[in-house]
Amino acid sequence: MTAIADTQDALKAAAKDLSFYYGPVQALKSVSLGLAERRATALIGPSGCGKTTFLRCLNRMHDLYPGNRYEGQLLLYPDQINLISPEVDPIAIRMRVGMVFQKPNPFPKSIYENVAYGVRIRGISQRQELDRIVEHALRDAALWPDIKDRLHSPAFNLSGGQQQRLCIARALATGPEMLLFDEPTSALDPTATARIEELVTALKEKVTIVIVTHNMQQAARVSDYTAFMYEGRLIEHDRTAKMFTNPSNSLTEDYVTGRFG
Amino acid sequence: MSSENGIAKSTNPGPPRGVIAHHKRADRLFALLGLLAMTLALAVLVTLLGQLALDGVGRLSWQFLSSYPSRFPDQAGILSAWIGTVLVMFLTALTAVPLGVGAAIYLEEYAPRNWMTDLIEINIANLAGVPSIVYGLMALGLFVYAFHLGQSFLTAGLTLGMLILPMVIIATREAIRAVPPQIREAAYALGATKWHTVKDHVVPYSLGGILTGLILALSRAIGETAPLLTVGALSFIAFLPHTPWKSEAPFVSADWLFDPFTVMPIQMFNWVSRPQEDFHINAAAAGLILLVMTLAMNAVAIAIRARFRKRIQW
Repeated sequence: MTAIADTQDALKAAAKDLSFYYGPVQALKSVSLGLAERRATALIGPSGCGKTTFLRCLNRMHDLYPGNRYEGQLLLYPDQINLISPEVDPIAIRMRVGMVFQKPNPFPKSIYENVAYGVRIRGISQRQELDRIVEHALRDAALWPDIKDRLHSPAFNLSGGQQQRLCIARALATGPEMLLFDEPTSALDPTATARIEELVTALKEKVTIVIVTHNMQQAARVSDYTAFMYEGRLIEHDRTAKMFTNPSNSLTEDYVTGRFG
Repeated sequence: MSSENGIAKSTNPGPPRGVIAHHKRADRLFALLGLLAMTLALAVLVTLLGQLALDGVGRLSWQFLSSYPSRFPDQAGILSAWIGTVLVMFLTALTAVPLGVGAAIYLEEYAPRNWMTDLIEINIANLAGVPSIVYGLMALGLFVYAFHLGQSFLTAGLTLGMLILPMVIIATREAIRAVPPQIREAAYALGATKWHTVKDHVVPYSLGGILTGLILALSRAIGETAPLLTVGALSFIAFLPHTPWKSEAPFVSADWLFDPFTVMPIQMFNWVSRPQEDFHINAAAAGLILLVMTLAMNAVAIAIRARFRKRIQW
C-alpha cells in the first residue's frame, strides 16, 4: 500500500487512506502514498486533482482556514506521528516541514531578516549564530554570490527568480526534514526556472522534497518518484523514469503524453 | 488590405468616424464637469480659510497664546484652551489606539467567522455613523454620573476616545486586510504562531494604513464641540490643570486627569456667541491656531507613516 515499488528507499512520510474535505467538498479520496527520504517526489495531475491539497496536508496549512477536515493517517517518520491528528500541534509540524510557495512571497524586510526570521522564532538570537545560519542557507540556495554585499537591502529589490531562491533559503535556514514546493517556478521565466530546478536536484541530498508541478518535463528532470493524481485520487506512483516511459495505468499514460490535462 | 484569417476582411473596419468623435465629446464634457466641481469645492475652502485668516491673523500674538480668557476681548487668550486640547487629544489617542487596534486585530486575525462576528462588524460600522452628541449623552450618563469621573479631562478624553473608536477599528481592519494572505502563509509555514505573525508581520506592514486612519479620526476629534459641552466643558477657565509631573517619586501625577477642562472649539464657540465684534475676531484667531494644531498633529503622523512606508513595499 505505502510501499515504494522495488526500492530500498526509506520512508520520510506516508499517507494511509488520507481523505480531506473543504467543508462539504471532498478534495482527497483515500490517498495512500509513501514519500521516500532524501528523494524528490513530484506530484502531477490536471488542475483540481488534489495535488496541492495533498501537499498542504503535509505541513497542516489547511488548519489556517475554517471548515477543513482531515481523515485517515499521515505518518511522519522516523517517529511515526500521525501529523494530521488533532492532538498534534500544527506549529510543531511546521517547525519540521518547510514550504516554498507558487509565487515568491518574501517578507517586506531585508534579505537578511527574511532568512533569519524562521531561526529567530526558534529562539536563536545570538548574532554570530544567526549570521552563520543565514550565510549557510543563502549558499545552499545558490543566492549568496548574488547578494553577499547587500544582505541588508530590501528583499523586494531582488528579481523574481532571486526572490524565490530567497524563499528557499528562508525555509532551509530552519533545517527542515522535508521541504514542500508548490509549483515553485510557475511565476518564473525559463532561466530562473532552470536555476530553481538545479537547486531542487542539489537539495535532495540533504532533505526530502515533495514538489507539485504542472510541468511534466520539470517532474521528469528533478524527481526520483512521480505520483499522478486525478480527481482527488492517487492513480499511480512509481519511479519517475518508469512513470514517463512505461506507466502501468492508461490514465497516467494519457496524461504524461499530453492527451489531456 | 488582404487577409486570410477573416478578421480584417470587413471593408469598413471599426465604427464610423462620427461615433468616435461623439464619444470624445462626452469624454471632454465629463472632464470639464469634473474640473468645475473641483474648482467650486476648492473655491469654497479657500474663501473660508481666507476669511478666517483675514479676521484672525491680526489678533495672533504671544499674549493671545499665553493669556487666560477674560471679559476684555483684547486681554483674552487661549492658554487654557490650547493646553486643554493637547491634553484631551493625548487622552483620546491613549484610549482609542490600543482599544481600536486591539479590537481590529482580534476581529481580523482571531475571531471565528460566524454570525456573531458579522453582527459585531455591522454594528461597528453603524457606531461610526452615530451623531457625536449621542456619544456626549452616553458619556454624561456613564463617565460623569455612573463612574463619578466628574466633568474632567479624563471624561473628555474617554468620550472622544469612544467617539473615534469605531473609525479606528474600521481603518485598522482595512489596513490589516491589505496585507496579502501569502505573507501570512509564509510566516505560518515557518512555524510562526498567530501572535508571531501579528506582531512581526501583520501589524508592522499595515502600520501606514493604521496611521492614516488614526490621522482622520483624531482630526475629527480635535474639532468636536457638542459631546464635550454635554459632559460639562467649561468655557471660562482662568487656571491651568495640575502638572502631570512632580518633584518626588514616582514623578508623574494623575491629579490633572480630574481637573475641569476646556478645549479650543469650546472657547471659540463661547466667543462667537458673544455680542461684541472683538470676541468674534478672537474666535477667528483661535480657529487659525486650531487649524495649525490639526496640521501639526497630521504632520507628525505622516512623518511616522513615511518612515514605515519607506521600508515596506509590495
